[in-house]
Amino acid sequence: MSDGNDLDALRDAALAAITAADDLTALDRVRVEFLGKQGLLTAQLKRLGALPAPERPAAGQAINRVKAALQTAVEARKAALEHAALRARLATERIDVTLPGRGRQPGAAHPVTRTLERIEQLFANAGFSVEEGPEIEDDYHNFEALNIPAHHPARAMHDTFYFADGRLLRTHTSPVQIRVMEQRQPPFRVIAPGRVYRCDSDLTHTPMFHQVEGFLVDEQATFADLKGVLYDFLRNFFEDDALKLRFRPSYFPFTEPSAEVDVQCVKCGGGGCRVCKQTGWLEVLGCGMIHPAVLGHVHIDAERWLGYAFGMGVERLAMLRYGIDDIRLYFENDLRFLRQFA
Amino acid sequence: MRFSEAWLREWVDPPLDTQALADQLSLSGLEVDALEPAAPAFSGVVIGHVQRVQAHPDAAKLRVCEVDIGDAEPLGIVCGAANVAAGQRVPVATVGARLPGDFKIKRAKLRGVASHGMICSAAELGLAESADGIMVLPGDAPVGEDLRAWMALDDQCIELDLTPDRADCLSIAGVARDVGVLNRVDVRAPRVMPVAPAVDDAVAVELTAPAACPRYLCRVIRGVDPNAPTPLWMCERLRRSGLRPLGIAVDVTNYVLLELGQPMHAFDLARIDGGITVRLAHAGESLALLNGETATLGADTLVIADRAKALALAGIMGGADSAVGPATRDLLLESAFFAPAAIAGKARGYGLHTDASHRFERGVDPTGCARAMERATALLLAVAGGEAGPVVEAAAADQLPAPPVIALRRRRIEQVLGLGLDSAAVADILGRLGMRLTDTDAGWQVVPPSGRFDIRLEVDVIAELGRVHGYDRIPVTHARSAAVTRAPLEMAYDPARARRVLLDRGWFEAVTYSFVSPELARLIDPEQTPLALANPLSAELSVMRTSLWPGLLQALRQNLARQQGRVWLFEAGLRFCTDGDQLHQEPMLAGAAVGPVLPEQWGAPARETDFFDVKADVEALLAVAGAADEVSFVPAAHPALHPGQCARLERHGRAMGWIGAIHPSLAAQLDLPVTVQLFELATAALGGGSRPAFAGVSKFPSIRRDLAIVVAADVSFDTVRSVVRAAAGALLRDLVLFDVYVGEKVGPGRKSMALGLILQDVSQTLRDDDVAAVVARVLAALQRETGAELRA
Repeated sequence: MSDGNDLDALRDAALAAITAADDLTALDRVRVEFLGKQGLLTAQLKRLGALPAPERPAAGQAINRVKAALQTAVEARKAALEHAALRARLATERIDVTLPGRGRQPGAAHPVTRTLERIEQLFANAGFSVEEGPEIEDDYHNFEALNIPAHHPARAMHDTFYFADGRLLRTHTSPVQIRVMEQRQPPFRVIAPGRVYRCDSDLTHTPMFHQVEGFLVDEQATFADLKGVLYDFLRNFFEDDALKLRFRPSYFPFTEPSAEVDVQCVKCGGGGCRVCKQTGWLEVLGCGMIHPAVLGHVHIDAERWLGYAFGMGVERLAMLRYGIDDIRLYFENDLRFLRQFA
Repeated sequence: MRFSEAWLREWVDPPLDTQALADQLSLSGLEVDALEPAAPAFSGVVIGHVQRVQAHPDAAKLRVCEVDIGDAEPLGIVCGAANVAAGQRVPVATVGARLPGDFKIKRAKLRGVASHGMICSAAELGLAESADGIMVLPGDAPVGEDLRAWMALDDQCIELDLTPDRADCLSIAGVARDVGVLNRVDVRAPRVMPVAPAVDDAVAVELTAPAACPRYLCRVIRGVDPNAPTPLWMCERLRRSGLRPLGIAVDVTNYVLLELGQPMHAFDLARIDGGITVRLAHAGESLALLNGETATLGADTLVIADRAKALALAGIMGGADSAVGPATRDLLLESAFFAPAAIAGKARGYGLHTDASHRFERGVDPTGCARAMERATALLLAVAGGEAGPVVEAAAADQLPAPPVIALRRRRIEQVLGLGLDSAAVADILGRLGMRLTDTDAGWQVVPPSGRFDIRLEVDVIAELGRVHGYDRIPVTHARSAAVTRAPLEMAYDPARARRVLLDRGWFEAVTYSFVSPELARLIDPEQTPLALANPLSAELSVMRTSLWPGLLQALRQNLARQQGRVWLFEAGLRFCTDGDQLHQEPMLAGAAVGPVLPEQWGAPARETDFFDVKADVEALLAVAGAADEVSFVPAAHPALHPGQCARLERHGRAMGWIGAIHPSLAAQLDLPVTVQLFELATAALGGGSRPAFAGVSKFPSIRRDLAIVVAADVSFDTVRSVVRAAAGALLRDLVLFDVYVGEKVGPGRKSMALGLILQDVSQTLRDDDVAAVVARVLAALQRETGAELRA
């Protein structure tokens, strides 16, 4: 018959074996050896009956305490071994998170349309809606209705592409002004983006380029309002709330008064550089109050309605915004160029 | 318009330096295009007097000169110019002088003879492009004086890029007036006094086209010295305006043109037969011109003629036959007004552009003819002698342009400019501009000066007020417009969204020219006759595209040539198709793709782009337009596409685009790979799809049944799908095609399709027998309508 010392020795041997078990199989073997049906501790319980009755309860309690302690130790060891095993497995599952993602990669918008979309968005915020018009135009809409009669010297400023029947490729987006005003009643607040064509090709000209025409016709519209719209637009476009603007008197047959608008050079800030040809200023758009003769052509009463219009070259704005230095790149569609506008 | 700053300052001299004056001009609408020094930098050049010229002892082409430059001893200078002669006043670059190009003059020995300086040509001083010999100065040039100072060469040439409305500034007088207005300083015009006739000779003038020429002045001048040298001061002013001296008579008329803006002409009196008639040309009449060419005239062209023949193209260019020459002693001077409408476009029609036509087509002051005539007469007589006859004037008073009388309303100024100007400011600005003002209740009555053809309406006067007051002084305000915004419809085609779909799916956006080469157009779209430009820049860009593919395929090829492996390009833009008299300018969205589907990467196998990759993107485009279910892909033939890999897109039976692989023979002709895939959609057919309509989400589980069927190879999936849908009825939630197999296991001419039917009821859980019934119906229908068999 064992006494308390035997039980303590058994416990210590079991605890040592549990700690020594270094995998789940070994641990289970230890558990069976001590706590299993044929285990050493179970054998002790079975031998309780051989003890005199008064000693049994105390001896039983002592054995059960050891049993509980051993069970706890087995569970703890099991958890520790499982945790270590998980850690070991996860370590083998490590991936290189810096590898590039799989599958398609987005392409890139053309810088001209990217710029057009920004311009449209900025004017949409100011309540302008977008209208489009035909690119093959007639003489009336491209010139006549815009107060540019045949042989007007202003026609020499537009190197026009013609077709045999007298139609032409529009030289500006201004004919959209006429088409919208012919079809609808004022007030208007419209921008008209699109392709335009001039019979000209050299280092700084391509025979096709893009313009955005904008116009507003209302019972109140002043040159001062026009300045307001353009200040907002250009400062937003160049993301510079302090950008300086300069309005220079100019001449367009379809506006009076007319102005050309310069912005402070966005490259050098006005100090003078190659981009602004040392002037500190960049010409970016033309504008003016819509000429009464133009309103007359579309049967709008120029006494009641006033309007302003403006037009800008998209390639030029994109060049200034993105630092593109050669207009011909726009139409070569070289992926090495296009990729830069993702 | 180019002129000397010093000349302008003789008329008006505001307290501004050159740059400030140039900035002021630019900001007032007279854009300064260039500021250039009248002469390049040089120093140490003085006026010398050639006292003796001797042959060089050792060189046939060199002379040895003694030149007095005001020092105690004359300088010995060796000179190679043939025209050097004793008695001349000449520019002498002294030892130590620096000439243009940083050329330093040193003491030198030329073939053994010492030379203490250099006698200069005009070219060596930067005063001419080229020179034939040394520059000979007038006999009264002060010996020893600094040439630069004496010729006032520290001057600037101001070049204005004038807008076509400002013809009034095509003269010193016109620019001076504007400068005077801007600075509120007075303008001093030279006094022009009438020259009293000394001879009676007169040439009669008849105006037979008075609308085109309502005023014509001429005057005989007899006995001028045709060889009188043009004075240096006049030559210099002409030179600083970009004109070369051409003989005294022409130089004087050019000078007056620059000074007063009135183009003039001098005829050789001896070549005029009888009087002058200003008439329209006889159709086909020919005229030899001053520039050496002969023009065949149209009946709409105004000419100056004598009894027998046309002498000059009125307002454009004189004739060669009546031109003054080196022996012409008797002249007829012309100073006329030609109506802009009669001259506009004519010069261009004859391939000409002259200082005269440039001014007349924009408008010359019709009241300035007499003053210019007197000015020119006085200058000519003073330089070349001669005696003037009386001025003969023919005029059609009723045809002369009368300045308009314009009502200017005070409140309208503010309505247009958004700026209140007080009456004194208005009167001051308009008064200085030469407008005559009368007060009215509402404002003023304004009569603009006769040379301002650009001021016709009230708003023109208001524009002048804004311009002179300064655009920078007009406030910046924000519109109070009531205009209603017109937002696009929800289901309208949204081009920006469509572009984004393609961009997100790996396409790059191209912008190609709307005109292409006719050969390429014919290869790609042979059934269309493209619209040809009448004046193309080149044959490569001479017809309007009928498809976006020519431009895209060209861009594709160029990118492949630049070693780009994966080229997926799309473009949005118009195509131009003719249909009889009808022209259709149709917005299209098109793409061309070649190379691997994916950019080269580690984690996905490389695979060449095929039809179905592009089809997926086209389907995505249809989906964002809400049109996915309404568009069908119909097998069809297109000359540019592979006959077996090509579909026409139809919406409700109407063609709206194409998709397919490039036709192998087209690929060969364009030197492109046969794997190029193309699509093109008419975007007008894309919009107006169905708005999403919510249909509830079933709470009950769905059941999937898979069927593998074998059909003949020519049975399309479209057919199978319609049969399945019709047979399965309302319980079919979705139909998935998860495999297509062609090969040995199904035998030749056949293919197998693996279909997943996903069934679901909205009101109950499906029972097995319901599902079995649907599957049986589908199988029976497939057998009946497509000959399908269940795959073993």
